[in-house]
Amino acid sequence: MKKILMKGNEAIAEAAVTSECRFYAGYPITPQNEIPEYMSEHLSEVGGVFIQAESEIAAINMVYGASAAGVRAMTSSSSPGISLKQEGISFLAGAQLPAVIVNIQRGGPGLGNISGSQSDYFQTVKGGGHGDYRLLVYAPYNLQEMWDLTMLAFDKADEYRNPVMLLGDGILGQMMEPFYPTPYVRPKLPEKTWALNGCAGRTPNVIKSLYMGDGELEQSNYQLKAKYDKMKKNDVLYDETDTTDAELIVVAFGSAARIAFSAVKQMQKEGLKVGLFRPITLFPFPEVRLKELAEAGRCRFLTIELNNGQMVEDVRLAVNGKTAVEFYGRPGGAIMNAEEIYEVIKKLL
Amino acid sequence: MKNILEVQLERQMEQVFKRPESLKRVHFRYCPGCGHSIIHRMIAECIDELGIRERVIGIAPVGCAVYAYDYFNFDMIECAHGRPPAVATAIKRVNPDNIVFSYQGDGDLAAIGMGEIVHAAARGEKLSVFFINNATYGMTGGQMAPTTLLKQHTTTTTRGRMANTDGYPLRIAELLATLEGVSFAARTALNDIKNVIKTKQLVRKVFEKQINGEGFSFLEILSPCPTDWHLSPVDSLKWIETEMMKVYEARIFKDTQQKDG
Repeated sequence: MKKILMKGNEAIAEAAVTSECRFYAGYPITPQNEIPEYMSEHLSEVGGVFIQAESEIAAINMVYGASAAGVRAMTSSSSPGISLKQEGISFLAGAQLPAVIVNIQRGGPGLGNISGSQSDYFQTVKGGGHGDYRLLVYAPYNLQEMWDLTMLAFDKADEYRNPVMLLGDGILGQMMEPFYPTPYVRPKLPEKTWALNGCAGRTPNVIKSLYMGDGELEQSNYQLKAKYDKMKKNDVLYDETDTTDAELIVVAFGSAARIAFSAVKQMQKEGLKVGLFRPITLFPFPEVRLKELAEAGRCRFLTIELNNGQMVEDVRLAVNGKTAVEFYGRPGGAIMNAEEIYEVIKKLL
Repeated sequence: MKNILEVQLERQMEQVFKRPESLKRVHFRYCPGCGHSIIHRMIAECIDELGIRERVIGIAPVGCAVYAYDYFNFDMIECAHGRPPAVATAIKRVNPDNIVFSYQGDGDLAAIGMGEIVHAAARGEKLSVFFINNATYGMTGGQMAPTTLLKQHTTTTTRGRMANTDGYPLRIAELLATLEGVSFAARTALNDIKNVIKTKQLVRKVFEKQINGEGFSFLEILSPCPTDWHLSPVDSLKWIETEMMKVYEARIFKDTQQKDG
């Protein structure tokens, strides 16, 4: 297979079309505009539907409708737009509808700026919208993963009947890099017998998130919890480099992991015992493996993020006081470089 | 000696009035004198008469009629407050052979969902929209709606709605009739038998527009809310006639044939 060269946002869009996404609704916001632009041109070629919505709120609710009608549906946006979609995401989770939501993060809070950032970790992983629900969250760190994880996101959304978020950022969305456009192979997935397409030959289907009967909502919430427990058991993804005999393990995801990787490689060349641990799923979080590494008792952790310290809280929970967890971050769309990280690590060794 | 039931069976009496197939065999839980039960029944009758029950997908609003999915006997979806036009848009685009309608109250459609209804109409989505205007938020206990009349008392306008602080009532049918994407826009009322019969004809028309592949069709229905108006069911019908219909004219504002261009 030959590698192809694409922009990160376009790779996500093309991966979506390839993995049989047939509905997209979105609203313009930088730095993710290539996704709606690409979808507007290419979805119709495969019989799909593209709608430029009047708002982020309308876009996520269109995804709610399209998913209810039984097709694979996606929306994308960037941080402030994702904030607006939160009610709709909560409704998707409550009504148990699959959907893929892409957040190409920019700096915040407020209108912030349009530079890459990781400041939506809390919003993405800890809920975002109202109610007791979770998203399966994938955090790619290069274009190959943006391609592969987009495909996986559609499969997992259908498998769990739950929204899945792809958490990228302005750096990943805007950069170009060669990758292998692996073909899509549809796994065996449950039939969408719940979809709305007219009740010919069956009893009517109802899709809803309102449960007013005595104990009904509690039962529904336990049903959701069972799905999230299953995700924790089966769907944790992470990548680790030279962690087994490391004195210090850098924990980072997405763009921050990519930058940290350069610094870690340089230190290894110099014979320093530094490893890299990269969560690929942010929910479910790879807490079991982090705990194992902490309990081995040979190393400290350094969490690096493009924010003021969000994922570090989950690293500390996983490690549970077994070893020290340091933090280094740059907020507000500021981007660290490998030399900067090198110096931070050097001081800790 | 035969009992009366056996006599009736022998006569093979023709049944002239029955529950529509498009309604489930459950009781409406709406308040006495509420208009929702009447409108639900009219929609169900029209769907039966047009033979489209197995093609229909209905969208329930947030508000008293959220339970519409408990009553209608066809595919239904409940969604976020004000968003039925966005949800309906996607369902219809994905499955163009389905007949998709939204059923929305004045808070849902004319306040929180104003953006969605205007843009679905402007895009000329091939949808049927039923807008139930009872000039108040029924479900939450009678607060001011965008369609509340000036001087009308509600729980958030206890001295009566005042233009200088609360603004003016919105005339949605007239507003939507100005949009090119709209094929049909009308207002009707449930104030008396004559108008109830007329309303049913218009409900049917709003569905026929979609069946014929024409653009966005919209029907606003002035509907009684005796509970939150603090009036008897009979006085509520009078109030529609003497107060609401003075502000909200019941007529067809737009009826054009629109086909794909």
